[in-house]
Amino acid sequence: MEHQTNITLPKGSIEKTTTTLNIGPTHPATHGVFQNIMEVDGERVVSTEQTVGYIHRAFEKLAERRPLYQITPITDRLNYCSSPINNMGWHITCERFLKLDLPKRVDYLRVIIMELARISDHLICNSIVGVDTGAYTGFLYVMQYRELIYEIYEEVCGSRLTTNIGRIGGFERNFTNTAFTKLEKFLDEYPKVLKEFENLFARNRIFMERTKGTGGISAERALNYGFTGPNLRAAGVDYDVRVQQPYSSYQDFDFKVPVGTTGDNYDRFLVRNAEMYESISIIKQAYQKIQEFKGTDAEVYHADVPEYYLPKKEDVYTKMEALIWHFKIIMGEIDLPKGQIYSAVEGGNGELGFYLVSDGGRTPFRLHFRRPCFIYYQAFEELIKGGMLSDAVVTLSSLNLIAGELDA
Amino acid sequence: MALSNEIIQNNLIEKFGDQVLNFSTASGILSFESSKEINLKILQYLYEEPSLGFTFLTDLCGVNYPDNIGAELVVVYHLHNFSENIRLRYSVSTSIDETAVFTASKLFESANWMERETYDFFGVNFIGHPNLKRILNVDEMDYFPLRKEYPLEDQTRIDKDDEMFGRG
Repeated sequence: MEHQTNITLPKGSIEKTTTTLNIGPTHPATHGVFQNIMEVDGERVVSTEQTVGYIHRAFEKLAERRPLYQITPITDRLNYCSSPINNMGWHITCERFLKLDLPKRVDYLRVIIMELARISDHLICNSIVGVDTGAYTGFLYVMQYRELIYEIYEEVCGSRLTTNIGRIGGFERNFTNTAFTKLEKFLDEYPKVLKEFENLFARNRIFMERTKGTGGISAERALNYGFTGPNLRAAGVDYDVRVQQPYSSYQDFDFKVPVGTTGDNYDRFLVRNAEMYESISIIKQAYQKIQEFKGTDAEVYHADVPEYYLPKKEDVYTKMEALIWHFKIIMGEIDLPKGQIYSAVEGGNGELGFYLVSDGGRTPFRLHFRRPCFIYYQAFEELIKGGMLSDAVVTLSSLNLIAGELDA
Repeated sequence: MALSNEIIQNNLIEKFGDQVLNFSTASGILSFESSKEINLKILQYLYEEPSLGFTFLTDLCGVNYPDNIGAELVVVYHLHNFSENIRLRYSVSTSIDETAVFTASKLFESANWMERETYDFFGVNFIGHPNLKRILNVDEMDYFPLRKEYPLEDQTRIDKDDEMFGRG
C-alpha cells in the first residue's frame, strides 16, 4: 500500500488533549432546549459554553403592542412549570402601577394558587433530579399530585398548563366548591406523599453521593452571579421576596425561609423540599383565613375597579355599566398613567421581576422581564468545572432551568 | 441608622456633586441618572461604600427613546441592598450613533449575559465586555430588534402578500 503523506488535519488537532462534546439542544438529559458545548478530559469537564435562545419568542417586543390584560398569556409561557405565579406577578405589577387596592380575600385566594404553583414547580424540579440520578419512581409517584394541582387550576380558570389565571383586580370567577374540595383533598393527602418522596431521596446513599458536593457555589459567588430563589437560599442567603417585599398579603402568614449551607445539588434539593412543607402550611393558613369571611365578604373575588377589571360576560350582555367598561377596556380607551415601576414576586426558581415603562399610552412603552434562570444559568460553567460529566447533568436539572423563561 | 432613599441621594450628591442628576422616587424606588462616562465609578462606589452596599445587581436592561435626540438608548440598572432591603434604579443614556458604555461585568458576574442581551436587542456596545455577542437572537441578524425603529411586524418580509390580509 502506498504510503500517504498528504493528509491535512485541522490545526491544533494533534496537540489537542480534550474532547469536544456537544450536549443538546435536544437531549434526554437536558429537560428543555439547552445546548452545551463542553470540553471534556475523559469524564472531567474542562469548560463549557452554554448556548441559549432556541425558543426565543420576542415577548418583550410583543408586549409593546398589547394592552395590559393581553400580556398575561405571554407571562404564562415564561416559567411554564408555575404559570400562575407569573400571571399573578404580572397582575400585581399592574395593580401596583395603577395603585389599585385589593380585598384581602382576593389576596388569600392568590396566595393559595401561587403556593400550589410553587409546589408543582419544586415537585417537578426535585423529582427530575431524582430521575437524573437514576430514581424514576419518585417522579412517577408525585406526578399524580401535580395532576391534582392542575385540576384545581382547571376548576379556577379552565386551563391547566398555560393558565392565564385571574385578571387585573382579582379572579374572573369565584372559586367553586369543587375547587375547595380538591384543595382539601390535596392538603390531606399530599404531606404524606411528600414525606414518602423525601424518604426515598434525602437519606438515600446513592442519591447523597451523587448530589453532595457537586455543583456547589459559595454565597458570595452566588450573589455576584445574581442567584435568587431556592438556589440562592441553598447557598445560605435567606433572601425571599415574599418576606423582604411582601406582596399579596404575604405578611399575614407565618412561614419559615429554609436555607442551606453549601449551595450544592443536595442542599438545593433539601431547600426545595423544605419549601414545599412551608407552602403547604401557607395554603392551610390561607384556606383558614378564607373560611373566616362571612356574608357578602365571602363572595368577594375581585376588586371594585371597573376601569381595569374586565366585567363578566353575562353582565356585558345585560347591564349598561358593564357594557360600557367592557367596550372601553377592549377598545383600549383607557390610557395608562406615565411612569415606571419595577415589581418582583418570588417565582418558582427565583425573583421574577417586571420592569414596566409607560409613556401614557395604551400599551407598555417597554416591558422587561427579569427572568431568574436566565441570570443564574451563567454560573453553570463555574458550577461544573472540574467535575464529572454525569454530575453536570444533575446540576443542570437541579438549577431548575426552564427553557421558556430563559429564552423569553 | 436605616438606609433611606434620602440618605442615598445625599450621599451620592456629596460624592459626585452635579454629575448625578434627575433624582426621583417612583413606587418607592429611588432612581437617578448620570453621564455614561462615569457609570463604572458610580456602580463601584455604590458597591464598595459600606454605608450603601448595593452589592446585588437585580436587573440590567435597555430602553429606546427615539425622540430623545442624542440620548436615544438608556441602560437601566436595578440594584439591591439585601441587608437594608432597599432597591435603587440607576440609568445612563447614550446616543444611538455612538453606543459605547462601559461594562459592569467586572463588578457583577451577573451583568455578563444581561449586557449581552442588551447588546443583542438594542446594540449597546459594552466596552470591555469579555464576550459581547448575540445571545437570544441568531448570530446572522443585522439589526437590533427592540429598537423602536423596527415595528412589531417584520417589514423586511417579502414572502407575505399583505393584500390577502386586508391590509393593502
